[in-house]
Amino acid sequence: MSAAPSALETRNLYAGFGDTEVLRGITLAVPARRVTALIGPSGCGKSTLLRCFNRMNDHLAGFFRRGAVLVEGRDVYDPAWSLEALRFGVGMVFQKPNPFPLSIRDNVLFGPTLAGVKDRTALEETLVVSLQRANLWDEVKDALGRSALQLSGGQQQRLCIARALASSPDALLLDEPASALDPIATAKLEEAVLELAQHVTVLLVTHNLQQAARVASRTAFLYLGALVEEGDTAELFSAPREKLTEEYITGRFG
Amino acid sequence: MSSLRRFVAEGSAQRWLTASAVLVSLAMIAGLVLVVVQVAGGFFWPRPLFELQLADGTVLLGEEWGKEPDPASPGNVRTRIKVGNRDIEGADYRWVRSSDIQAMRTPPDAWLVERREYGSFFGFPVRLEVGSEQVPAADAGLRARLAAEIAVTERLRREEKDIVTRLEAAHRPVAKLQTRLSSAALRGAPTEALKAELEAASRREAELAGPLLERLVAVRDQEGRSRLVLRTASGAERAVRTADIVRTVPANQLAFGGKLAVYASRWWEFLSAEPREANTEGGILPAIFGTALMVLLMTVAVVPLGVVTAVYLNEYARDNAFTAAVRLALANLAGVPSIVFGAFGLAFFVYAVGGSIDRFFFSDVLPTPTFGTGGILWAALTLALLTLPVVVVATEEGLQSVPQAVRDGARALGATRWQTLRRVVLPYATPGILTGTILAIARGAGEVAPLMLTGVVKLAPSLPLDRTWPFLHLERKFMHLGFHIYDVGFQSPNVEAAKPMVYATVLVLLVLVVVLNLAAILLRNRLRKRLRGAVV
Repeated sequence: MSAAPSALETRNLYAGFGDTEVLRGITLAVPARRVTALIGPSGCGKSTLLRCFNRMNDHLAGFFRRGAVLVEGRDVYDPAWSLEALRFGVGMVFQKPNPFPLSIRDNVLFGPTLAGVKDRTALEETLVVSLQRANLWDEVKDALGRSALQLSGGQQQRLCIARALASSPDALLLDEPASALDPIATAKLEEAVLELAQHVTVLLVTHNLQQAARVASRTAFLYLGALVEEGDTAELFSAPREKLTEEYITGRFG
Repeated sequence: MSSLRRFVAEGSAQRWLTASAVLVSLAMIAGLVLVVVQVAGGFFWPRPLFELQLADGTVLLGEEWGKEPDPASPGNVRTRIKVGNRDIEGADYRWVRSSDIQAMRTPPDAWLVERREYGSFFGFPVRLEVGSEQVPAADAGLRARLAAEIAVTERLRREEKDIVTRLEAAHRPVAKLQTRLSSAALRGAPTEALKAELEAASRREAELAGPLLERLVAVRDQEGRSRLVLRTASGAERAVRTADIVRTVPANQLAFGGKLAVYASRWWEFLSAEPREANTEGGILPAIFGTALMVLLMTVAVVPLGVVTAVYLNEYARDNAFTAAVRLALANLAGVPSIVFGAFGLAFFVYAVGGSIDRFFFSDVLPTPTFGTGGILWAALTLALLTLPVVVVATEEGLQSVPQAVRDGARALGATRWQTLRRVVLPYATPGILTGTILAIARGAGEVAPLMLTGVVKLAPSLPLDRTWPFLHLERKFMHLGFHIYDVGFQSPNVEAAKPMVYATVLVLLVLVVVLNLAAILLRNRLRKRLRGAVV
């Protein structure tokens, strides 16, 4: 399993905002076509780490970093690699659903049309495949022209996944995607994420340890900006190597 | 005492206070609307015609237009009678003391004849003359025959108008050359070529105008053949050309349906005709048109400018002393008296910008100004400046209401800043932009003072939009409902007769503002519906 090629990678990554260092020397390899969960207490730097892979941190005031961030073996700060092109390859889904005030169709095809895809049949195929993979197709196939804002919260979040998938990214970053959803919507979302792993690399930030156990094949535990332990999910939960990990997953802090 | 304290402490007092503030506002608005609707609405309704026998032997025929205590003899009442016949009596209205009235009746055969000149005529029809043919008033077919004659003369009048328009068109090249010639003479430039051109143009005009003038004389002659002879209350006979009759109202014979027809026809005339008699009669179509076109031009100018300004301030500019100063300046701009904007518009748009345009593009007719004088474009731009802060502030609020999550979502999908702005942020902010537009329209449509300096006139010879190239004449002066109210109400030679016209014009202006607002509000609500359920 460790022989699988890593799709996302950081090498000795330090990052933070202004005077605050959030990440302290993280070296992490995320294997391709698997779900990897990032767990850890609030403020441990999970989201900051996640947002390093598509450079979303760059928009925040005072952001700095040292060390390499690689996507498919390529440095994300490579000047020849534009921000926009990077983000076509690395999709992201946020904590709260953030559909655009457009139709369901236009939401999903937002990325491809930005990229300049004009071929109608190709767009139509992308629409269907993305919605199917996001486990939303059956619910919206008769109402693709409806405003995305009329969908329920869970549907909106799966629409956001479909929207990220439409650019056929290599990797998908999920930042606590189920935190605003009820249990049923969460179950549907997890089902979608599990299926996704057949096609893309998924890096999932979650507060919910059961969720990590249910969907992730590998899990990484972060504490105070440092990577404490990373390994096979089942192993990490049943026999953690580090005492800190054990204390966290048994609920003694966090 | 304790109950009073409780009254205040529990908030009942505050509730009553705030509620009464709302009540006062409502009462003022309702009162204004009520007065306007009552006066304007009643103005066009046909009134009965009274024949009054006065103590001194005079006989009056006219409509009753209000009663009040007589200031000259306390305890008595005096009545205002509209006697019309301005060309005979000199004034439209007369005060009559109630004690002077000896007899009063409503003669069934009395007519009110509305004329194109000299206002209303009150009298009794005697006969209709068409050429040598005479139809006496006793003839049952008089009204039908008169209606047919009015239709005939209406056609003649239209032809006359058409001929005059064509004569004007034929004269236009000559007038232009004359202006160029005098301009060239002033500048000391050679004038021989222009003189030759002018001669040729004059010859062409004479060729074109000859047959037109002949036809015009024939038409006018034909118009004069048909006349309605009436007798006034005092017994004098008077002929009114059929061509000068707008409508005849046998007021005392009309049933409700007939009155309603007159009422509707008067409103239609008010809304669709051009003014007559120094704006005190006829319609206000040019003013409605001028107002609507000016507001439209203003909106076209102010919305893009305001939106772009707000986008820069909110999306690109850093929060520093400069942007704070810009915001402060914008807020202060909203508090500048509108007449100051008028003065600025006159100095900057009319003289500086318009003057420069004239120097560069219309120098051959200088010193006659083309754009260097007030016009609808300059008025619209001045009002655009006046309403700019409203649009900027509303758009900024709209932009600030766009959730950061949605912006991040677009950026994370690989949208550039501009793509995010254009495809996600601006659609989201559209209701805010429309709110600003609504407020700008409401403010701009009711503004008068700046217009008086930048291009409004009491009577514009032609609309700013017509069938001659380039169709939209932005340099032309225009009429405006707000200025029309001022002009008719306070500058008119016949203020008393025109007063109801003021109310009717106010009503139309209010309706126009409401309609313009309503259109924008409906549009905004439709967009809001699309955005409903958005996460924030």
